Amino acid sequence: MSTVEIRKLHKSFGKLEVLKGIDFSVESGQVVCVIGPSGSGKSTLLRCVNLLEQPTSGQVFVDGIELTHPDVDIDAARRRLGMVFQQFNLFSHLTVLRNVAIAQERVLKRSRAEAVRVARENLEKVGLSEKAESYPAQLSGGQQQRVAIARALAMNPSLMLFDEPTSALDPELVGDVLQVMRKLAEDGMTMLVVTHEMGFAREVADRVVFMDQGVIVEDGPPEQVISAPQHDRTREFLHRVLHPGV
Amino acid sequence: MADQQAAASPQRRLSPRQKQRISRGIQYGVLLVIVVVLALLADWPAIKESFLSSKVAGEGLPALFTVALKNTVIYTISGFVIGFALGLVLALMRQSSVAPYRWIAAGYVEVFRGLPALLIFLLIGSLPLAFPGFQVPGEVYGQAALGLGVVSAAYMAETFRAGLQAVPKGQMEAARSLGMPHMRAMVSIVIPQAIRIVIPPLTNELVLLFKDSSLVLFLGVTASQVELAKFGNDQASTFANPTPILVSGLTYLLITIPLGYAARRLEARQGASR
Ligand SMILES: Nc1ncnc2c1ncn2[C@@H]1O[C@H](COP(=O)(O)OP(=O)(O)OP(=O)(O)O)[C@@H](O)[C@H]1O
Ligand SMILES: [Mg+2]
Repeated sequence: MSTVEIRKLHKSFGKLEVLKGIDFSVESGQVVCVIGPSGSGKSTLLRCVNLLEQPTSGQVFVDGIELTHPDVDIDAARRRLGMVFQQFNLFSHLTVLRNVAIAQERVLKRSRAEAVRVARENLEKVGLSEKAESYPAQLSGGQQQRVAIARALAMNPSLMLFDEPTSALDPELVGDVLQVMRKLAEDGMTMLVVTHEMGFAREVADRVVFMDQGVIVEDGPPEQVISAPQHDRTREFLHRVLHPGV
Repeated sequence: MADQQAAASPQRRLSPRQKQRISRGIQYGVLLVIVVVLALLADWPAIKESFLSSKVAGEGLPALFTVALKNTVIYTISGFVIGFALGLVLALMRQSSVAPYRWIAAGYVEVFRGLPALLIFLLIGSLPLAFPGFQVPGEVYGQAALGLGVVSAAYMAETFRAGLQAVPKGQMEAARSLGMPHMRAMVSIVIPQAIRIVIPPLTNELVLLFKDSSLVLFLGVTASQVELAKFGNDQASTFANPTPILVSGLTYLLITIPLGYAARRLEARQGASR
């Protein structure tokens, strides 16, 4: 059974059809990187997987449960999915520790002591134990993003979604975040990652998916999609990304 | 062209600095004339006797503080609490997906912002006519809280609405993506941030309420329920001397000026941290 399975997914905003029939799946423990030009629908795809956007048609299954089924409890289903946003979206009125603990208490009904223990464990994992009492505004972008990862991990998701997690960061802070993600992948986390970091995709991804204009153009191992693309559109995109300014 | 002329006859043209100096001189002159005229026209001994009588002012103590100021604070705070709660509910109703809730909230805000607060107080006094046997609990204190509450709720609803809209959308999305239901995310994440944002304007609202509490006088209050404005007025008639009104005014300022200052400080601090 795949961790995620997407069937014939369509999504329109008004007249604009952003996703035009997406089919693919992510197996347990796999890391899949999604690449593609701006506006191709990568974020929309990710947001449809955890139903932050309601798909126009098609099905999304996570751990064999159909999230798009009308009777499904979407809040319960979302607990299986961790999401990391480009803009971090840490809760600005809460300390780092409370950021990581609050949903455990309110959603998973863990005791405060248990939630704090799990929170500290996950902050340790992303190397930010000493920032537990800081507020998000006191952290660098890279640190905030690592807290956001810890916050998602604390819910024990079976799948982590990343939407361009390093795109809002200063270049020198990208490495720390990618390092945390690399470690997650090594530990066997199932991950669906939208990224422009080709080095990361080549090194960590089991599969790379290239999207353009709402469809999947190419889907395969990184050696193939990045190093030997079959389609002109993929080649053109990669050329632009790998040789900026040319 | 103007430049050319200025260059051609530098002697007769005034430089901007000179013009500014003359303009300022005229303004000082006007001010001086007004002050001198008022000072000459005023009857100073009478003013001292009528408005600055320390003997009359002393008669008001300590009731000025122990009764009048205390009651003013009680009316203000109880009205603020009701207005805060009702205003927050109205602001949330305006975001509701149930259209009639949005209409009710929008209608409420329009109506109660459009009416003089005085009219509300007069109507509250007449409530028992509409609902026979109905009594607002807490007598005058309850009626005052209700009157000040329903009026300020209309303003606070608009303030909260702006505050809720100012919380970035990503906060709600992050909360939902962690499995929080919509209501939970509102209560734990969005509303606390919105309240932080609206603290400065709410402090200003508190100043307005503090002044509006003088309307309680139209509810018909006993001596122990009297607030600052009525207290000053009553004392003034007792002693046939308006000094107590001035004293009441100063007591209002004792509260409203520091509060207004605090509001501006909070605003500046928020502006800086964003
Ligand atoms: N809520 C929305 N309402 C209307 N249009 C939207 C909405 N969200 C996205 N779109 C549109 O859908 C298209 C795809 O957007 P999406 O954010 O999925 O692209 P993307 O591949 O993530 O691009 P980027 O690399 O710039 O993040 C764009 O044309 C965008 O303007
Ligand atoms: Mg995007």
